[in-house]
Order: sequence, then structure tokens, then C-alpha cells
Amino acid sequence: MLPMPKPISRADVAHVARLARLRLTDDELDQFTPQLAAVLAHAADVEALDVTGVVPTAHPLPLRNVVRADVVRPSIDRAAVLAAAPNVEDGQFRVPSILAEES
Amino acid sequence: MTARVAPTAVSIAAEVRGGTRSARSVVEEHLARIAEREPAIHAFNLVLRDEALAAADAVDAAVAAGDDPGPLAGVPVALKDNLCTRGVPTTCSSRILEGWRPPYDATVVERLRRSGAITIGKTNLDEFAMGSSTENSAFGPTRNPHDLTKVPGGSSGGSAAAVAANFAPLALGSDTGGSIRQPASLCGVVGVKPTYGVVSRYGLVAFASSLDQIGPFATTVHDAALLLEIIGGHDPLDSTSIPSPAPSLVDVLDRGVDGLRIGIIGELAGEGIAPDVLARLHEAANVLEKAGAIIDTATIPAAMYGLSAYYLIAPAEASSNLARYDGVRYGLRVDAPTTAEMNELSRTAGFGAEVKRRIMLGTYALSAGYYDSYYGKAQKVRTLIINDFAKAYEQFDLLLSPTSPTTAFALGAKTSDPLTMYLNDICTIPSNLAGQPAMSVPFGVGDDGMPVGVQLLAPLQGEPTMFRAAAVLEAAMKETSR
Repeated sequence: MLPMPKPISRADVAHVARLARLRLTDDELDQFTPQLAAVLAHAADVEALDVTGVVPTAHPLPLRNVVRADVVRPSIDRAAVLAAAPNVEDGQFRVPSILAEES
Repeated sequence: MTARVAPTAVSIAAEVRGGTRSARSVVEEHLARIAEREPAIHAFNLVLRDEALAAADAVDAAVAAGDDPGPLAGVPVALKDNLCTRGVPTTCSSRILEGWRPPYDATVVERLRRSGAITIGKTNLDEFAMGSSTENSAFGPTRNPHDLTKVPGGSSGGSAAAVAANFAPLALGSDTGGSIRQPASLCGVVGVKPTYGVVSRYGLVAFASSLDQIGPFATTVHDAALLLEIIGGHDPLDSTSIPSPAPSLVDVLDRGVDGLRIGIIGELAGEGIAPDVLARLHEAANVLEKAGAIIDTATIPAAMYGLSAYYLIAPAEASSNLARYDGVRYGLRVDAPTTAEMNELSRTAGFGAEVKRRIMLGTYALSAGYYDSYYGKAQKVRTLIINDFAKAYEQFDLLLSPTSPTTAFALGAKTSDPLTMYLNDICTIPSNLAGQPAMSVPFGVGDDGMPVGVQLLAPLQGEPTMFRAAAVLEAAMKETSR
């Protein structure tokens, strides 16, 4: 069975926040690190279970791909969708430049 | 228990359809109660006063013209504010969606309208349905109508409180790990999590897609059954919707439980459950036994591990689902020179602490090096729970447990320790992991005088049997309160 990883560190939390596109203050890092560690430590109790050969469940029902008939039908009006956007131009969502960015 | 003074959805609809009462007077009566008590309770993010009165007038006009507005004619319904309503703000109690007006209605909203129901408001919730007390709302907590110093439970705390305060006889919530059943228990109302796939999730803002399910709140089992019949059934707009009609429930309510085998889940009826809650559970079992059910102890050994599995699976799915809040297409945008910074600043400003915690937990559980130990293992535990339920249902028709380990707790009591808050969901989580139906039925009060609910659990699509038992428990409570 896989051993549980070592407790989550402050540096791990900072790394995960970056991956999730969240900017945390030092105070938040201090607060979240022990909180996440406590939840992950509780999750470690599943170590007591033998899951050898157990098939993982991703979904409670057997999922089949569902395809509707290929018939044209009305969809949500473009103007209604764009009306909810923070910034639009020429019928499109407008965002700051992305091409000049590094990674 | 105080006697119910407000009429049920069934009685309102009968009067409005029969022309003996106007929908307008029904709506005005409920708006008057809202005006009186809502400032103290804060069940709603938004009360749709003018819209509700206009919809009521339309129902009355239909009746006057000889048309039938439908089985919920003139019945006010409160909607959890994570259900999309066309042109009407839908916030998920989050700053990141504040002011957003969806360009479409959720399928359940559309079905309610077609049944003659009247949306009276959008109810408060823990931000993005993440929480068990409705204290994680960006717009402030909801209070329990039975005691304003206590939480209503969560995450559908606004919907539960709205029904408990008679602001509306019916409400809709969503249940990912107990978010309908636990607040129903704490507020003393009926709350149902249907089988996964019975109710369309189209237009429900996603939290954890393999667990989320919309369901009813009501003051009576009959009302809950009617509401589930109306919102349930196949929807081509949700690919996970079960391709069959809604279950027939109202017609089976009086069939009793004679001969049904009902198991008390041993793992959820001991340590960690308050003595007064356990006492109500065993009284409920006695009621069912007197009505002819065969009661025994059932065992779901993996249920003990449900909480651990859930708090890896649900955050993992949430971290993926909430990646869409990037400031580009809708919701809050904080301007910045680059798109990456704009994404980061928008999410940082828009999400509250609990949502950030869960996104990080999920991102971590899915990240390279940890996937197998956390997410992969949790998915296998999910299989074990499903297998344990399957074995139990070889011996039993229904299972019984507490809904919540305790009655409603004080505001602020558990906000500083997320893990303690998560333990509220220990009895409700297994049904979500298994996709199975479960419901909370009010069953007396605890030592503090606050409502206690008992939970009935059934195998996939076992709602008809579950509702029969719920009706027996409800009838027994009516008997004792006389």
C-alpha cells in the first residue's frame, strides 16, 4: 500500500496557491498551512483500509456518452452572453495581452 | 413543537386551482411574513417581491380564464442562490459572481414555472455550497428561525430557514455532502437528496459534479414528494440525467412500512453522535417497528472513511470546476497588465477563505506525486462504500441513521477549525459518494429544544420506499404533538 506523504508545508501551500491562481498573504499562509495539514492528516486514516485490487469509482452511475440528434436549434443569444462579461469588443471577450507574457 | 400555522403547498395549490383563493393573496401573505422576520434571519440574498406578485397575477388570470396553471399553482418557492435564474442575479453567495445575471434558467426553475409555482426569492448559502453552517456566505450568515443565536446548518441554510420560517412552503437546495439534509435537520423541516441523476443539474452552478444533486425542502413529506415529482425526470440538457420519468411518490405515501426490513447503520449510531440525537433515532426505529417494519442493525464498515474520501474527492472536483472563474467571461474582474495576473487577482479578490482552502486542497490532492496517495485512494474508498451499501441492501430495504451528529450549534462555534466543521457531514456523505437517495425527516427536539432529524437511506432509485417510511415517521410526530 502507498504510504501517506509527509505533512503539507508552508512552501507546498504557497506552491499549490500559485498553481490554483490564488495569491495568499503571509498571514493566510500561516493560517491555511495547519488547517490543510489537519484535513490531510484526517484523510490519512484511509491507510487502515486494504484497497488492493479495488477498482476506483469516479462516478456513481455508469456513464455513457450522450449524443443528441444533429439538428439545428436555437441556442443562448450571443448578446445575452456577452452582456455578462467584464469587457467585450467586437462581439468577443476582451482580455489583457497574453502574447508578451512569460510562461 | 409549535403547531404549523402556514398552509402546505398541496393545500395552497388546491385552493388556487379551485378558484377559492387568489395566488396574489398567497404571495402577499408570505411577503408579509418575510417583511416581519427576514431582517433577523437573513434567509435570502434577494427577495423577488414585484416579480412574485406579477407571477401571482398571471396565475390568477389563468384560473379566471378557465386554465389550469399547474400542480403548484400559486405556491411560493425559494431557490438556493446557486440555481441559475434568467436575468435575475445568481451569486452563489460569492463576491466573484456578485451582480451576475445568468442568460438562462436552470431546468428545475423552468419546470417550477410550468407547474404554476412562484419564485419568491434566492436564498443564502455557504459560498459555492462549501460549508455546513451558511456562515461562509460573502453576504453574512443566515440564522436559525428556531433560535437566532444558532446556525441553520448548510450549505442550503437559507432555503432551510426560509421554509422553517414559513417564508415559503417549498424551497430547493443542492446536496453535495449533506447540504440539503443537514440544514433540514437543524431547522426542523423535510429535506431530500434524490438519487444522483433523478433531478437535472442543468443550471446548477457546479461544485463537485459527481456528487451534486438538487432536491426539495418542505414542511411535509407530501409536499416534498410533490416537488420532487415536478423537478425530477429526464432532461436532455444534463448528460448525467437518468433517462426515465420522475419517480411516482405522492401515490405511494400511504402504503406504510409493514414488512419492510430497515437497518440502523451501526457505524453512525454510536461514538460521535450526541445522546439526545441517538435517543430520537431509536424512537424513530420503534415507530417504524410498531408500524410493521423489521428493524435490525446494519453495517457499513467503510462509512467511517467516507469523510476522508469526500474531503479529497469533492475539493478535487471543485478545484477543477472553479477554474472557470478567471475574470474573462463573467463575474468579477480585477484589471491587471497581463491575463495571468488578472486571473490571479480576480480569483484572490472574489473567493472567500473556505473556497480558497478547498481549491488548494483539491489542487494538492490532484498534483503530481500525490494523486495516487490522495485522490486515487479516495476513489477506491468510494468503491468500498458502494460495495458495503450493496451488501447491506441484500438484507435491508432501507437504512436509518441520524442526519446530523448534533442539533444546531451557535454561530461562530466552529468557524476557526475547518475539520470540526467537516465532521457535521459524517452521516450524510456516504449517500453522496454512492449516488443514492437519502432524506431527513423532523423527529422531535433535542435537550436544547432544537429540532432533530432522522435520516432514511435507500438504494439507487429507492425514493418510493424511502418516502413511505418518511410518511410513517411524520404521522407519528403529528400524533405525539396533538
